[in-house]
Amino acid sequence: MAIAEDNPGGRRRSPPLLRHLRKGAATIGAVLITMLGLLFVTFLIGRVMPVDPVLSVVGERASKEVYDDAFRAMGLDKPVLVQFAYYLRDVLHFDFGTSLLTARPVSEDIARVFPATFELATLGTLFGVVLGVPLGVIAAVRRGSWVDQSARVVALIGYSMPIFWLGLVGLLIFYGILGWVGGPRRLDIFYQDIVEPRTGLLLLDSALQGEWGVFRNAFSHIILPASILGYYSMAYISRMTRSFMLEQLGAEYVITARVKGLPERRVIWRHAFGNIKVQLITVIALSYANLLEGAVLTETIFSWPGIGSYITTALLSADMAAVLGGTIVVGLIFVLLNIFSDLLYKFLDPRAK
Amino acid sequence: MKPFRKMLASVVLGLALAAPGAPLYAETPPNMLVIANRIDDITTLDPAESFEFAGSDVIRNIYGKLVNFDPMNLDAGYVPDLAESWTVSEDGRTITFKMREGVKFASGNPVRAEDAAWSLRRAVILSKTPSFILTQFGFTPENVEETITFDADANTVSITTDKRYATSFVLNCLTATIGAIIDKETVMANEVDGDMGNAWLKTNSAGSGAYTLVSWKPNESVTLKANPDFYLGKPAMDRVIVQHVAESATQRLMLERGDIDVARNLNPDDIAGLEGKDGIAIDSELRGRLMYISLNQKHPVLSKPQVRQAIKYLIDYQGMQDSFLKGQYVIHQNFLPATYLGAVDENPFSLDIERAKALLAEAGVSDLEITAGVREAQERLEIAQSLQNTFAQAGITLNLEVGTGKQILTRYRARELDMYIGAWGPDYPDPHTNAGTFAYNPDNSDEAQATGLLAWRNAWDTGGLTEKVAAAVVEPDREVRAQMYRDIQAEFRETSPFAIMFQKIEQIGRAENVQGLSLGGAITAVSYWTVTK
Amino acid sequence: MSRTSQDRQTWRQWLLTDTPTSRAHARAVAAYNGWLRLRANHMAMLGLYILLALLLVALLAPWLAPHDPLAQDLANRLQPLGTPGHPLGTDSLGRDILSRMIYGARITLYIVTLVALIAPIVGLLVGTVAGYAGGWTDAILMRVTDIFLAFPRLVLALAFVAALGTGIENAVLAISITAWPPYARIARAETLTFRNSDFIAAIRLQGARPLRIITRHIWPLCLSSLIIRVTLDMAGIILAAAGLGFLGLGAQPPSPEWGAMVAEGRKFILDHWWVSTMPGLAIFTVSLAFNLLGDGMRDVLDPREGKSG
Repeated sequence: MAIAEDNPGGRRRSPPLLRHLRKGAATIGAVLITMLGLLFVTFLIGRVMPVDPVLSVVGERASKEVYDDAFRAMGLDKPVLVQFAYYLRDVLHFDFGTSLLTARPVSEDIARVFPATFELATLGTLFGVVLGVPLGVIAAVRRGSWVDQSARVVALIGYSMPIFWLGLVGLLIFYGILGWVGGPRRLDIFYQDIVEPRTGLLLLDSALQGEWGVFRNAFSHIILPASILGYYSMAYISRMTRSFMLEQLGAEYVITARVKGLPERRVIWRHAFGNIKVQLITVIALSYANLLEGAVLTETIFSWPGIGSYITTALLSADMAAVLGGTIVVGLIFVLLNIFSDLLYKFLDPRAK
Repeated sequence: MKPFRKMLASVVLGLALAAPGAPLYAETPPNMLVIANRIDDITTLDPAESFEFAGSDVIRNIYGKLVNFDPMNLDAGYVPDLAESWTVSEDGRTITFKMREGVKFASGNPVRAEDAAWSLRRAVILSKTPSFILTQFGFTPENVEETITFDADANTVSITTDKRYATSFVLNCLTATIGAIIDKETVMANEVDGDMGNAWLKTNSAGSGAYTLVSWKPNESVTLKANPDFYLGKPAMDRVIVQHVAESATQRLMLERGDIDVARNLNPDDIAGLEGKDGIAIDSELRGRLMYISLNQKHPVLSKPQVRQAIKYLIDYQGMQDSFLKGQYVIHQNFLPATYLGAVDENPFSLDIERAKALLAEAGVSDLEITAGVREAQERLEIAQSLQNTFAQAGITLNLEVGTGKQILTRYRARELDMYIGAWGPDYPDPHTNAGTFAYNPDNSDEAQATGLLAWRNAWDTGGLTEKVAAAVVEPDREVRAQMYRDIQAEFRETSPFAIMFQKIEQIGRAENVQGLSLGGAITAVSYWTVTK
Repeated sequence: MSRTSQDRQTWRQWLLTDTPTSRAHARAVAAYNGWLRLRANHMAMLGLYILLALLLVALLAPWLAPHDPLAQDLANRLQPLGTPGHPLGTDSLGRDILSRMIYGARITLYIVTLVALIAPIVGLLVGTVAGYAGGWTDAILMRVTDIFLAFPRLVLALAFVAALGTGIENAVLAISITAWPPYARIARAETLTFRNSDFIAAIRLQGARPLRIITRHIWPLCLSSLIIRVTLDMAGIILAAAGLGFLGLGAQPPSPEWGAMVAEGRKFILDHWWVSTMPGLAIFTVSLAFNLLGDGMRDVLDPREGKSG
């Protein structure tokens, strides 16, 4: 731990352990407040939406009696704050309620849909980082060269293309015509229900259980949507990397380093790149969180049973238990990723101290 | 830069190593039927509660009913299923069913008269949305013990209605999803808090039909397994998997690739694209769903009789049928779908701007601006925009309020829309199902909250049709009854605030080797047990 | 700027002088120099020309469009490219795609302008204030940002549209409301890196007030990242508007909004690819233009970049 920082003011400070505990408590408090705010706003949204949640339960042809019974059973006759209090009490008992649409506990639904999105987003971000960061660095170093120009074109195209169009065309070419990749969904029918879901991540589960046939099939299904998401993530990351790098390369210390005759590679990767790591991680975390939130359109095109389409469907049907549950999960991830990048900031960036 | 090249090389290498090659199966296994369909409307698989298209498809293949439709001969109407025969009492109020001997549930339990009576009672007691199909005969949770009875020794079930109805009406209602016969012992073993197994049945099955439920994964798939003891013989397809695929284009690609056997939500342009492809056949089947527009009678102008009629002449029926609805909707201007008892095929309206203008002038209407609610679905939006276009030619400005199905429905049920562009599918294969909603509205007041009735939603008092509908439903003579419905429809066309426009034709893309799939026509749901490859 | 000085020198000389006579003069000189640098960047100028063309097309739409964008002709639906009278074909209701695209330029400009005004400014304000002030202000502002950021975007946008009513203005507002938190975070991160820097400390020692430091010294420094982000976000914003339109909450039919046209045409993508591709290309071109211009402007605006080539 590199927290042995100097203490210029010479003020008396509490012992390190206590300080850490206090910091930790403050962080947890912040998370809780954020989550509470998130839940309350979501809850209010559910009440503002011009969709009648009872309709989702009873359908459009229900008689008045059936409708009224359902209305009461859902507790909708109580004041909003009371409903929210009930909801919070249940959440504290880890009970997220039952989804109207799937007739299952929301927690069970999320355990099923979230890994699908997680797998897709992680792979997509991986592509984005592995390709985008080096591309951005090179584009900055060779500013104006053909590498820079082509990197720019590639990124711009990625950024300007409607994703569902790209998805459909990708499916048409790589699946419909060439047959190189698997079609929509996570697996071919033949491979379904072979692997026992432990983590819910098909690639991991199948690898752990030695089902390589399933692994290959799952990979053939995920590769196309992940590449498309990866392309978008790459476009963003490479542009941001380039911009950060340009800033560093113009800085005094780089010029000094060059004047001192340090090898160019060392200047670029050790000095300049070293200094943009923190900014870069913030950007990557943001982009990752965006994918995790659910690339709803990609999930639709590829019939990918992920959390993005789960929340959207639920929202449009006023299935608020499902929306709230999904929002908590997505929100928590966002908050945790932010704390993570904040922490990194404190550890890695000398200027932020 | 070198590090970049190194990284790139390792990525490319990694992808190459992991590259999957061509998928192993270019076609589905011979004993498995794989269907792509939109199944996101399923919220339960309990027959007493299920009320959606995809749900009734599943339930029809899992549960037997007292009377049912033969998928290979739908024109025959209801035929014996778990009841092998029935008799009607002198006063016409009691029907007694003789149960078929030796039939077993998938659990191995025998199908008894007690199960049949219990299943119907259960549906009434649970009083979920579709329960009105049974309770319209006077059954209530309080009286089911007396009105729905069984005789274990004679193996018979009797139902007694509150008054005399056409027998065909009662039996038609029993073919609906809610008429499914459930295995009492299995379900009651899974009862929670006196819910008669409702929670358990949402995701499990306990029937005697051709298939049993393996799993229902919401928005993903429904998997069915053949019931080897099915009384009509074990079906040829061991497994039926219905996958949720939302996009038409995606369904088409999967069908072309051989990853699925049947695609059920192809739009007309994708159907045209599939036509003539090797190994793929297109089927068309007339379904019961109607596309209509309706005018809110609370609106001071739309409630004028001439305006109502004028609107009916401002619809480009032919143009729509021949373009974006091609092959999937056929012009139909009456509330009973073709093939129903009493259905008529008179379609007197066509696009006639001059006539509409004259009618509007007669009503003293000019510069009319109205807002129509329409849900976000391709064909409906196209219809809506076509209406915008033709209405404008007669000086009517049509604004659209587009939203999700539930949003628009919420407004429609609250009687808030000027105009609604929507669809209606019959609940059971009897003319009363549509007559009882389009032309029946005993109490038109806001307080009545008869939100299930289309006439009420449009604040239309039916101008005397309510009584005629009530009379038709109790008429025992089939031909007289049919004529009554023809007369009601003739009047309805001229006086109602509804412009019925089209009847649905379902077009599916099917792998050529798949034979014997019946979608159920206008009267019932799909049947998988007749399918062979 | 006196009349006499104008008589003696040309405007150009006045703008290029090394010895500005007033504060306003100095600013004009800086702006003109920036413009010259921007003009030297061909790609950026290309972007600018495209955007000017867009502006022109939007202004002259009634004279440029060969047909009424709403006129339907069901008999001639889904005509291919190059059909006589319909150079870009027709859509599923037989409407001329070219005319619809020309009119759609107006809607696109409208959306882009509004969102680009609202979201970054809110984000900049919140982010810099939080970053500079630190402490409780930072904690509270960042919690609020976190709450908004943690929201699945569509849920938030839907909710706002649901509350405000459908229509393109409300869609724009909803998108702006979901779009500002990332700007706030970026602005805050930038502010944190500057806050303790020597030059800010120097300004502080000179007695500058916090508000002045934020608006005069921190904002310009954050601007480059924000501009890149905004330009890169433009296509996303247009597509987000289309996404809302797709759910029936944005542009209402028959409005020829480009994104909605893409969404509408995607149903025919396999056999009639042009129906969604043509408006898609329009979106693509405009966002490309934004990207090119933003990139060029970044070079000009960024005070830290004087030296590098």
